[in-house]
Amino acid sequence: MTQVNTDLLTSVLRRAAERGATAADGFLVEDTSFSASVRLGQVDTVTHSREQRLSLRVFAGRASAAASTSDLSRASLERVVDEATALARVTAEDPHAGLPDPASLIDHVPELELDDRQAAELTPEEKVEMARRAEAAALAVDPRITNSEGAECFDRRARYAYATSHGFARGYTTSSFGLTVSPVASQNGEMQRDSWYTTARRRRALEDAEAVGRTAAARALRRLGARKVKTTEVPIIFDPDTAASLIRSIAGAASGPSLYRRASFLLERLGSRVASPAVTIVDDGLIEAALGSRPFDGEGLPTRRTAIVREGVLETYLLDTYSARKLGLTSTHHASRDGAGVSVGTTNLMLLPGTDTPEALIRSVQSGLYVTELIGFGVNGVTGDYSRGAVGLWIENGQLAYPVEEVTVAGNLLEMFQRIEGIGNDLVLRDRTAAPTVKIARMVVAGH
Amino acid sequence: MSELDRRRPESFFHDRYNVTPALMEQLLGDNLARRVDDADIYLEYRVNEELVLEESVVKKAARHVSQGAGVRAQSGARTGYAHTDDISIDNLTEAARQARAIADRASQSGTLAVGGRRRPHDLYTLVEAPVVTELARKLDLLRRVDAACRAADPRVKQVIVSLASEEVVMLIATASGFTVGDVRPLTRLNVTAIAEDGGKREIGSFGGGGRVPFDFYLEDERWKRFASEAARQAALKLGAVDAPAGAMTVVLGPGWPGILLHEAIGHGLEGDFNRKGVSAFSGRIGQKVASELVTVVDDGTMANRRGSLNVDDEGTPTGRTVLIENGILRGYLQDRLNARLMGMEPTGNGRRESFAHPPLPRMTNTFMLAGQDHPEDILGSVDRGLYAVSFGGGQVDITSGKFVFSASEAYLIENGKITRPVKGATLIGNGPDALTRVSRVGHDLALDEGVGTCGKDGQSVPVGVGLPTIRLDGMTVGGTAV
Repeated sequence: MTQVNTDLLTSVLRRAAERGATAADGFLVEDTSFSASVRLGQVDTVTHSREQRLSLRVFAGRASAAASTSDLSRASLERVVDEATALARVTAEDPHAGLPDPASLIDHVPELELDDRQAAELTPEEKVEMARRAEAAALAVDPRITNSEGAECFDRRARYAYATSHGFARGYTTSSFGLTVSPVASQNGEMQRDSWYTTARRRRALEDAEAVGRTAAARALRRLGARKVKTTEVPIIFDPDTAASLIRSIAGAASGPSLYRRASFLLERLGSRVASPAVTIVDDGLIEAALGSRPFDGEGLPTRRTAIVREGVLETYLLDTYSARKLGLTSTHHASRDGAGVSVGTTNLMLLPGTDTPEALIRSVQSGLYVTELIGFGVNGVTGDYSRGAVGLWIENGQLAYPVEEVTVAGNLLEMFQRIEGIGNDLVLRDRTAAPTVKIARMVVAGH
Repeated sequence: MSELDRRRPESFFHDRYNVTPALMEQLLGDNLARRVDDADIYLEYRVNEELVLEESVVKKAARHVSQGAGVRAQSGARTGYAHTDDISIDNLTEAARQARAIADRASQSGTLAVGGRRRPHDLYTLVEAPVVTELARKLDLLRRVDAACRAADPRVKQVIVSLASEEVVMLIATASGFTVGDVRPLTRLNVTAIAEDGGKREIGSFGGGGRVPFDFYLEDERWKRFASEAARQAALKLGAVDAPAGAMTVVLGPGWPGILLHEAIGHGLEGDFNRKGVSAFSGRIGQKVASELVTVVDDGTMANRRGSLNVDDEGTPTGRTVLIENGILRGYLQDRLNARLMGMEPTGNGRRESFAHPPLPRMTNTFMLAGQDHPEDILGSVDRGLYAVSFGGGQVDITSGKFVFSASEAYLIENGKITRPVKGATLIGNGPDALTRVSRVGHDLALDEGVGTCGKDGQSVPVGVGLPTIRLDGMTVGGTAV
């Protein structure tokens, strides 16, 4: 799957023009994926899939509409074009609608090493074996690992192509590989699950299967004996994975559509302090072989490195062409394409590391909570009000003392970012969004 | 689509892809039957339309078509699944070969799963499906909703109105020898209001729908109520105080707060988690898991509801399953695989997001039966507590049983009276004991308006919930006011 064929897109755009569209662009994604899961050593589910989707956006003057189809037969494509152009004629004119300036489109597609062409194709049996090894390693860690939700090995190869009615057409290919393990620990009638995973664009960059299994087991084991704590206000330390979810909320509030809808707690804060000076949040789409990298965005604009927050100051919003025009700004090349049209999305989003070790951050807390998992949807993007279920470990005299569950942590994201007191030196870009360990001076923990 | 025979999925797939039930059965027979414990071929064609009005103009008008087939083969607990979005006999044969490759070992039980014995229902035959309703009528409604929402409160500064309509045609052939199809309409109207006052901003949202025609929104001016509720909620929150933190008495209002049942017990009673022994409810059938005031059912057979289905995505007719009866755990929600492995009957709860996903045991419409109490007496019985009437979403850890759900409209109860509105707070609890805390159940059972979507293993399906007013003692409320 190394060739990107843009002919199909080009012919669809030509038909749109014939049907009266004044401009149009299209995105084509084709992917094949495979996943094998194993549970307690036995094959559980094996899935093969092949999917394709063409999404089209057409403009009739300043009015627009979108359509998409997974049926790429000629008859179906013709119908989709006709429906989209008909839809565009009934929607209202919007002075900000339109394609990006052709002069700003990507010229040369950089090689970002997103497609591991060297990776040997493993047979389904070899992938099953990899999942089996990872799960077996988890089960072997401790007799209290008594059950498993299984281990899964997956890979995916995809082709992306983008074209506009101006004659632009470019594409690229990607690969991704992954492994995840979910063991269950039990003791005295209590059961706890946890999981660990590895994912990468190159197969050889995956963590060792046994190591993934052992980490997953250690995570489940440390939850045994969890208790609820008394309601209190204390320092909170978010581990790297939960800290990553905090910067996703910042990126969501900084995205153009949230801003022009006035539905963001970062409204009218461009250029002002929104976080402690220790905080620098970067989105970098050009990191070689990284999961979030892409050569160009969903509108053909070249990807780049953007500091969203630099030393606590909000430097830029994340914009596609439409939201940029609405706000009187220019696109930051963050258009992302989904079936429904164009929205804003990040690439590799990172909170840059500080100098403290995670151990030093924990040592700095007399009494507080180290958060390892968050559940629920209690984040209000308009006000920044924050209240989520948390699982973690209680910190006593600078040491992780005992596991905690059935509590919530609550505050307001703006206050939480202002109150960041320490940032770890442990940033690892192991997924599309990553953060080091983060210490927040205080938040409310609700328990009994 | 409208030109095709809408009642007959069999002829739909024949006309469009030249795939007939006879061909599907032959494919199953040649490749799968007798070599595996269960197998099926699922065909799906889906059209959806999305209209969004923002800043009083149509911001998005989109139409999507997707189609595909999934072939599944099972031996013992093993599942092979292959899917393709190019429906043709050649691709189906290749998918069957791939699915079988994994399940094609010595069969463990050697028996096929039991087929559906009940007849499929007829719960949502519509004269006009919402996807085919004239666009001009839909756009006109969106504009009226926008105007009504802005008129409802002068502090409303932004309104986003969306109307999503969908139709899915599915046909499934199973190795136990039956082929069944379904045509499923679905629609949802949603209104989001942003209110501003003196530099403060808040969001309110309201909506509803179901397997209903477009005219559903016009009945009793339902659209107008959605618009004014969204505006009211946003404006109300502008004056909200910080939510309390800690354990207290919580009263849940009727309807959508039934999300409590979905998170606290529903997921934990799905067959797969119990077969694997990883649910906090594993092995607890017959035990007391709730107050005797509590009876909870999952019912996929309610006419025109968002969570209802004539047959599930494995072809099993849906049913009404009692999960908890007077506090005693009675049943699990089963698909064919987990029912077979646990020696139980499928309950018609095998659902999938689309052809690209293998089915899992899932909920349909999950609700608590009404009790005796008057809602005002329940509120009156609380000295100090929280009254929550609307929620965002929830999540559960099946294994530990811990669940959360986040209130989007809630009030303090002081001396038996509803007083001040409070900011959103997450409620947290433990599934196996949350319903033992139910001390009062109202007579006012209501189902939600038709907005729920449930996610599991990366698959989203529409669901319904329902609840009468109930009182829960000693729930943890995750606010910021200590």
